[in-house]
Amino acid sequence: MAQRKIPEINAGSMADIAFLLLVFFLVTTTIQTDSGLSVLLPPYVEEPPPPEKKNKRNVFSVQINGNNELLVRGNPLQDVYSIKDKAKEFIMNYGKDPNSSDSPKKAIVSLLNDNGTSFEMYVLVYDQLKAAYNELWDEAAMDIFGRHYEDLSRKDKKKVREDIPLVISEAEPTSFDK
Amino acid sequence: MARIKKKGKKEAPGITTASLPDIVFMLLCFFMVVTKMRDSELMVRITVPAATQLQKLEKKSLVSHIFIGPPTQKYADKLGTAPRVQLNDQFAPPEAIPEFIANEKKKVKNPKLHKKMTAALRVHKEVKMGIVTDVKTELRKIDFRKVSYLATDLVQ
Repeated sequence: MAQRKIPEINAGSMADIAFLLLVFFLVTTTIQTDSGLSVLLPPYVEEPPPPEKKNKRNVFSVQINGNNELLVRGNPLQDVYSIKDKAKEFIMNYGKDPNSSDSPKKAIVSLLNDNGTSFEMYVLVYDQLKAAYNELWDEAAMDIFGRHYEDLSRKDKKKVREDIPLVISEAEPTSFDK
Repeated sequence: MARIKKKGKKEAPGITTASLPDIVFMLLCFFMVVTKMRDSELMVRITVPAATQLQKLEKKSLVSHIFIGPPTQKYADKLGTAPRVQLNDQFAPPEAIPEFIANEKKKVKNPKLHKKMTAALRVHKEVKMGIVTDVKTELRKIDFRKVSYLATDLVQ
Protein backbone atom coordinates (compact mmCIF):
# COMPACT_ATOMS: atom_id res chain seq x y z
CA MET A 1 0.00 0.00 0.00
CA ALA A 2 1.49 3.27 -1.11
CA GLN A 3 1.69 5.82 1.60
CA ARG A 4 0.55 9.32 0.90
CA LYS A 5 3.36 11.79 1.38
CA ILE A 6 1.75 15.07 0.59
CA PRO A 7 -1.58 15.76 2.21
CA GLU A 8 -4.23 17.27 0.01
CA ILE A 9 -4.57 20.99 0.23
CA ASN A 10 -7.80 21.67 1.92
CA ALA A 11 -9.91 23.40 -0.68
CA GLY A 12 -12.86 23.69 1.59
CA SER A 13 -12.10 27.22 2.63
CA MET A 14 -11.92 28.31 -0.98
CA ALA A 15 -15.64 27.84 -1.14
CA ASP A 16 -16.06 30.09 1.86
CA ILE A 17 -14.03 32.84 0.28
CA ALA A 18 -15.90 32.54 -2.96
CA PHE A 19 -19.21 32.55 -1.13
CA LEU A 20 -18.21 35.70 0.66
CA LEU A 21 -17.45 37.39 -2.64
CA LEU A 22 -20.65 36.03 -4.08
CA VAL A 23 -22.69 37.43 -1.22
CA PHE A 24 -21.02 40.79 -1.61
CA PHE A 25 -21.93 40.97 -5.27
CA LEU A 26 -25.42 39.69 -4.63
CA VAL A 27 -25.99 42.48 -2.15
CA THR A 28 -24.51 45.23 -4.25
CA THR A 29 -26.14 44.10 -7.46
CA THR A 30 -29.12 46.04 -8.59
CA ILE A 31 -30.06 44.42 -11.83
CA GLN A 32 -31.23 47.58 -13.37
CA THR A 33 -34.15 47.18 -15.60
CA ASP A 34 -34.77 50.71 -16.59
CA SER A 35 -38.16 51.10 -18.04
CA GLY A 36 -40.20 54.12 -18.78
CA LEU A 37 -42.79 55.82 -20.92
CA SER A 38 -41.37 56.26 -24.38
CA VAL A 39 -42.26 59.51 -26.01
CA LEU A 40 -41.27 61.10 -29.27
CA LEU A 41 -41.06 64.84 -28.77
CA PRO A 42 -42.37 67.12 -31.48
CA PRO A 43 -39.78 68.93 -33.60
CA TYR A 44 -38.76 72.35 -32.41
CA VAL A 45 -40.11 75.35 -34.23
CA GLU A 46 -39.27 78.96 -33.47
CA GLU A 47 -42.83 80.14 -33.49
CA PRO A 48 -45.64 77.94 -32.40
CA PRO A 49 -47.74 77.20 -35.45
CA PRO A 50 -51.10 78.88 -35.59
CA PRO A 51 -53.71 76.65 -34.06
CA GLU A 52 -54.89 74.38 -36.78
CA LYS A 53 -58.45 74.78 -37.77
CA LYS A 54 -59.33 71.27 -36.89
CA ASN A 55 -62.87 70.31 -36.53
CA LYS A 56 -63.45 70.57 -32.84
CA ARG A 57 -65.17 67.25 -32.66
CA ASN A 58 -61.94 65.51 -33.60
CA VAL A 59 -59.87 66.94 -30.81
CA PHE A 60 -59.76 65.25 -27.45
CA SER A 61 -58.28 67.96 -25.34
CA VAL A 62 -56.85 67.26 -21.93
CA GLN A 63 -55.71 70.15 -19.83
CA ILE A 64 -53.97 69.97 -16.48
CA ASN A 65 -53.58 73.09 -14.41
CA GLY A 66 -51.07 74.05 -11.77
CA ASN A 67 -53.16 72.45 -9.05
CA ASN A 68 -53.16 69.12 -10.87
CA GLU A 69 -56.82 69.51 -11.80
CA LEU A 70 -58.06 68.06 -15.02
CA LEU A 71 -60.18 69.50 -17.75
CA VAL A 72 -61.18 66.97 -20.37
CA ARG A 73 -62.93 68.41 -23.40
CA GLY A 74 -63.89 71.40 -21.33
CA ASN A 75 -65.35 69.44 -18.44
CA PRO A 76 -63.67 69.03 -15.10
CA LEU A 77 -62.76 65.48 -14.28
CA GLN A 78 -61.94 64.09 -10.88
CA ASP A 79 -60.84 60.56 -11.61
CA VAL A 80 -57.67 60.39 -13.67
CA TYR A 81 -58.17 56.74 -14.47
CA SER A 82 -61.43 57.41 -16.28
CA ILE A 83 -59.52 59.29 -18.99
CA LYS A 84 -58.60 56.01 -20.58
CA ASP A 85 -62.18 54.91 -21.18
CA LYS A 86 -63.24 58.37 -22.26
CA ALA A 87 -60.41 58.50 -24.77
CA LYS A 88 -61.21 55.05 -26.10
CA GLU A 89 -64.85 55.93 -26.53
CA PHE A 90 -63.88 59.15 -28.25
CA ILE A 91 -61.44 57.56 -30.68
CA MET A 92 -63.68 54.66 -31.69
CA ASN A 93 -66.75 56.82 -32.25
CA TYR A 94 -66.88 56.57 -36.07
CA GLY A 95 -69.17 59.55 -36.28
CA LYS A 96 -71.98 58.12 -34.17
CA ASP A 97 -71.95 60.81 -31.55
CA PRO A 98 -71.82 64.22 -33.24
CA ASN A 99 -69.56 65.48 -30.47
CA SER A 100 -66.95 62.77 -30.81
CA SER A 101 -64.46 61.91 -33.52
CA ASP A 102 -65.30 61.05 -37.13
CA SER A 103 -62.87 58.17 -37.24
CA PRO A 104 -59.76 56.99 -35.40
CA LYS A 105 -57.61 58.36 -38.19
CA LYS A 106 -58.91 61.84 -37.65
CA ALA A 107 -58.91 61.77 -33.89
CA ILE A 108 -56.29 63.83 -32.14
CA VAL A 109 -55.43 63.86 -28.49
CA SER A 110 -54.17 67.19 -27.35
CA LEU A 111 -52.39 67.47 -24.04
CA LEU A 112 -51.77 70.78 -22.39
CA ASN A 113 -50.10 71.16 -19.05
CA ASP A 114 -49.11 74.06 -16.89
CA ASN A 115 -45.60 74.72 -15.69
CA GLY A 116 -46.92 74.20 -12.19
CA THR A 117 -48.29 70.72 -12.91
CA SER A 118 -46.49 68.02 -10.97
CA PHE A 119 -44.50 65.54 -12.97
CA GLU A 120 -46.34 62.67 -11.35
CA MET A 121 -49.70 63.96 -12.60
CA TYR A 122 -48.33 64.52 -16.07
CA VAL A 123 -46.95 61.00 -16.27
CA LEU A 124 -50.19 59.60 -14.90
CA VAL A 125 -52.26 61.31 -17.59
CA TYR A 126 -49.82 60.47 -20.36
CA ASP A 127 -49.82 56.88 -19.19
CA GLN A 128 -53.61 56.71 -19.32
CA LEU A 129 -53.69 58.13 -22.83
CA LYS A 130 -51.07 55.65 -23.97
CA ALA A 131 -53.00 52.88 -22.26
CA ALA A 132 -56.08 53.85 -24.26
CA TYR A 133 -54.21 53.45 -27.53
CA ASN A 134 -52.50 50.24 -26.44
CA GLU A 135 -55.85 48.73 -25.54
CA LEU A 136 -57.40 49.81 -28.81
CA TRP A 137 -54.51 48.30 -30.74
CA ASP A 138 -54.87 45.11 -28.81
CA GLU A 139 -58.59 44.97 -29.53
CA ALA A 140 -57.99 45.67 -33.21
CA ALA A 141 -55.30 43.00 -33.36
CA MET A 142 -57.70 40.51 -31.80
CA ASP A 143 -60.36 41.41 -34.37
CA ILE A 144 -58.16 41.25 -37.45
CA PHE A 145 -55.55 38.64 -36.60
CA GLY A 146 -57.06 36.88 -33.62
CA ARG A 147 -53.89 37.42 -31.65
CA HIS A 148 -52.64 39.90 -29.11
CA TYR A 149 -50.95 43.02 -30.41
CA GLU A 150 -47.74 42.06 -28.64
CA ASP A 151 -47.51 38.81 -30.56
CA LEU A 152 -47.92 40.33 -34.00
CA SER A 153 -45.10 40.71 -36.46
CA ARG A 154 -43.65 44.12 -37.03
CA LYS A 155 -45.53 44.49 -40.29
CA ASP A 156 -48.87 43.59 -38.79
CA LYS A 157 -48.30 45.91 -35.88
CA LYS A 158 -47.73 48.72 -38.30
CA LYS A 159 -50.92 47.86 -40.08
CA VAL A 160 -52.88 48.02 -36.86
CA ARG A 161 -51.27 51.32 -35.96
CA GLU A 162 -52.11 52.77 -39.34
CA ASP A 163 -55.78 52.26 -38.69
CA ILE A 164 -55.59 53.82 -35.26
CA PRO A 165 -52.67 56.22 -35.36
CA LEU A 166 -51.35 57.50 -32.08
CA VAL A 167 -51.49 61.26 -32.16
CA ILE A 168 -50.79 62.92 -28.85
CA SER A 169 -49.96 66.50 -29.54
CA GLU A 170 -48.48 68.61 -26.83
CA ALA A 171 -48.94 72.32 -26.87
CA GLU A 172 -46.48 74.67 -25.23
CA PRO A 173 -47.29 74.66 -21.53
CA THR A 174 -49.02 77.58 -20.02
CA SER A 175 -47.48 79.28 -17.07
CA PHE A 176 -49.40 81.04 -14.39
CA ASP A 177 -47.14 82.26 -11.67
CA LYS A 178 -48.68 82.16 -8.32
CA MET B 1 2.51 22.81 10.84
CA ALA B 2 1.64 19.57 12.30
CA ARG B 3 0.97 16.85 9.93
CA ILE B 4 -1.43 14.27 10.95
CA LYS B 5 -0.63 10.95 9.62
CA LYS B 6 -3.29 8.43 9.78
CA LYS B 7 -2.36 4.99 10.50
CA GLY B 8 -4.38 1.99 10.26
CA LYS B 9 -6.99 1.06 7.72
CA LYS B 10 -8.31 3.49 5.17
CA GLU B 11 -11.75 4.83 5.69
CA ALA B 12 -14.19 5.61 2.96
CA PRO B 13 -12.97 8.78 1.29
CA GLY B 14 -14.99 11.89 2.10
CA ILE B 15 -16.97 13.66 -0.54
CA THR B 16 -14.62 15.91 -2.33
CA THR B 17 -15.53 19.55 -2.07
CA ALA B 18 -12.88 20.66 -4.50
CA SER B 19 -15.42 21.36 -7.20
CA LEU B 20 -17.53 23.54 -4.95
CA PRO B 21 -15.33 26.59 -5.42
CA ASP B 22 -15.64 26.17 -9.17
CA ILE B 23 -19.39 26.23 -8.95
CA VAL B 24 -19.37 29.23 -6.69
CA PHE B 25 -16.85 31.02 -8.84
CA MET B 26 -19.07 30.47 -11.82
CA LEU B 27 -21.94 32.10 -9.97
CA LEU B 28 -19.60 34.84 -8.86
CA CYS B 29 -18.50 35.51 -12.41
CA PHE B 30 -22.10 35.66 -13.53
CA PHE B 31 -22.97 38.26 -10.95
CA MET B 32 -19.84 40.25 -11.64
CA VAL B 33 -20.73 40.43 -15.29
CA VAL B 34 -24.36 41.27 -14.64
CA THR B 35 -23.64 43.83 -11.95
CA LYS B 36 -23.50 47.33 -13.13
CA MET B 37 -22.08 49.58 -10.51
CA ARG B 38 -23.89 52.84 -10.57
CA ASP B 39 -21.43 55.06 -12.33
CA SER B 40 -22.70 58.43 -11.33
CA GLU B 41 -23.48 59.37 -7.81
CA LEU B 42 -26.94 60.78 -7.46
CA MET B 43 -26.84 64.32 -6.21
CA VAL B 44 -30.56 64.82 -6.43
CA ARG B 45 -33.31 63.02 -4.61
CA ILE B 46 -35.40 61.01 -7.01
CA THR B 47 -38.42 58.85 -6.59
CA VAL B 48 -39.78 58.08 -9.99
CA PRO B 49 -43.54 58.00 -10.56
CA ALA B 50 -45.48 54.85 -11.32
CA ALA B 51 -47.00 54.03 -14.68
CA THR B 52 -48.46 51.05 -16.51
CA GLN B 53 -47.47 51.42 -20.14
CA LEU B 54 -43.78 50.87 -19.66
CA GLN B 55 -41.27 49.94 -22.25
CA LYS B 56 -37.91 48.52 -21.35
CA LEU B 57 -34.89 50.50 -22.37
CA GLU B 58 -32.73 48.17 -24.37
CA LYS B 59 -29.12 48.82 -25.23
CA LYS B 60 -27.75 50.66 -22.25
CA SER B 61 -25.04 52.24 -24.34
CA LEU B 62 -27.62 54.17 -26.30
CA VAL B 63 -29.30 55.65 -23.26
CA SER B 64 -28.28 58.98 -21.77
CA HIS B 65 -29.53 59.74 -18.31
CA ILE B 66 -30.76 63.11 -17.23
CA PHE B 67 -31.66 63.49 -13.56
CA ILE B 68 -34.04 66.10 -12.25
CA GLY B 69 -34.92 66.52 -8.61
CA PRO B 70 -34.29 68.49 -5.44
CA PRO B 71 -30.66 68.34 -4.25
CA THR B 72 -29.91 65.74 -1.58
CA GLN B 73 -29.26 66.68 2.02
CA LYS B 74 -25.56 67.05 1.34
CA TYR B 75 -26.11 69.79 -1.20
CA ALA B 76 -29.35 71.22 0.06
CA ASP B 77 -27.62 73.53 2.54
CA LYS B 78 -25.80 75.30 -0.23
CA LEU B 79 -28.24 75.06 -3.07
CA GLY B 80 -31.62 74.98 -1.46
CA THR B 81 -34.33 72.52 -2.33
CA ALA B 82 -35.44 73.89 -5.67
CA PRO B 83 -35.26 71.10 -8.27
CA ARG B 84 -32.15 70.98 -10.39
CA VAL B 85 -30.82 69.10 -13.35
CA GLN B 86 -27.94 66.71 -12.88
CA LEU B 87 -25.87 65.64 -15.86
CA ASN B 88 -23.13 63.08 -15.27
CA ASP B 89 -21.64 64.06 -11.93
CA GLN B 90 -22.59 67.66 -11.61
CA PHE B 91 -25.44 70.06 -11.46
CA ALA B 92 -26.08 71.85 -14.70
CA PRO B 93 -28.57 74.32 -16.08
CA PRO B 94 -30.93 73.03 -18.80
CA GLU B 95 -28.90 75.05 -21.29
CA ALA B 96 -25.99 72.65 -20.81
CA ILE B 97 -27.95 69.79 -22.31
CA PRO B 98 -26.90 70.31 -25.96
CA GLU B 99 -23.26 69.94 -24.93
CA PHE B 100 -24.04 66.92 -22.80
CA ILE B 101 -25.86 65.23 -25.66
CA ALA B 102 -23.05 66.07 -28.06
CA ASN B 103 -20.63 64.32 -25.69
CA GLU B 104 -22.94 61.34 -25.40
CA LYS B 105 -23.11 61.12 -29.16
CA LYS B 106 -19.32 61.08 -29.34
CA LYS B 107 -19.32 57.99 -27.14
CA VAL B 108 -21.40 56.13 -29.69
CA LYS B 109 -18.96 55.52 -32.49
CA ASN B 110 -21.39 54.32 -35.10
CA PRO B 111 -23.22 57.37 -36.48
CA LYS B 112 -26.05 55.15 -37.69
CA LEU B 113 -26.97 54.50 -34.09
CA HIS B 114 -27.20 58.16 -33.20
CA LYS B 115 -30.83 58.41 -34.11
CA LYS B 116 -31.62 55.41 -31.96
CA MET B 117 -30.27 57.10 -28.87
CA THR B 118 -32.72 57.86 -26.11
CA ALA B 119 -32.69 60.40 -23.34
CA ALA B 120 -33.90 58.80 -20.13
CA LEU B 121 -35.43 61.41 -17.92
CA ARG B 122 -35.25 60.27 -14.33
CA VAL B 123 -37.42 62.83 -12.66
CA HIS B 124 -38.60 63.13 -9.08
CA LYS B 125 -42.36 62.77 -9.09
CA GLU B 126 -43.08 65.92 -7.10
CA VAL B 127 -41.11 68.17 -9.40
CA LYS B 128 -43.13 70.77 -11.26
CA MET B 129 -43.32 70.51 -15.02
CA GLY B 130 -41.57 73.85 -15.57
CA ILE B 131 -38.03 72.50 -15.35
CA VAL B 132 -39.01 69.35 -17.23
CA THR B 133 -40.39 71.48 -20.03
CA ASP B 134 -37.14 73.45 -20.19
CA VAL B 135 -35.22 70.22 -20.60
CA LYS B 136 -37.67 68.97 -23.22
CA THR B 137 -37.34 72.21 -25.15
CA GLU B 138 -33.55 71.97 -25.13
CA LEU B 139 -33.76 68.41 -26.44
CA ARG B 140 -36.17 69.46 -29.15
CA LYS B 141 -33.90 72.31 -30.20
CA ILE B 142 -31.09 69.92 -31.02
CA ASP B 143 -33.53 67.47 -32.57
CA PHE B 144 -32.91 64.76 -29.98
CA ARG B 145 -36.49 63.73 -29.69
CA LYS B 146 -36.52 60.20 -28.35
CA VAL B 147 -37.29 60.49 -24.70
CA SER B 148 -38.34 58.11 -22.00
CA TYR B 149 -39.78 59.15 -18.68
CA LEU B 150 -38.48 56.53 -16.31
CA ALA B 151 -41.10 55.05 -14.04
CA THR B 152 -41.74 52.06 -11.89
CA ASP B 153 -44.34 49.49 -12.75
CA LEU B 154 -47.70 50.32 -11.27
CA VAL B 155 -49.35 47.16 -10.07
CA GLN B 156 -53.05 47.54 -10.39
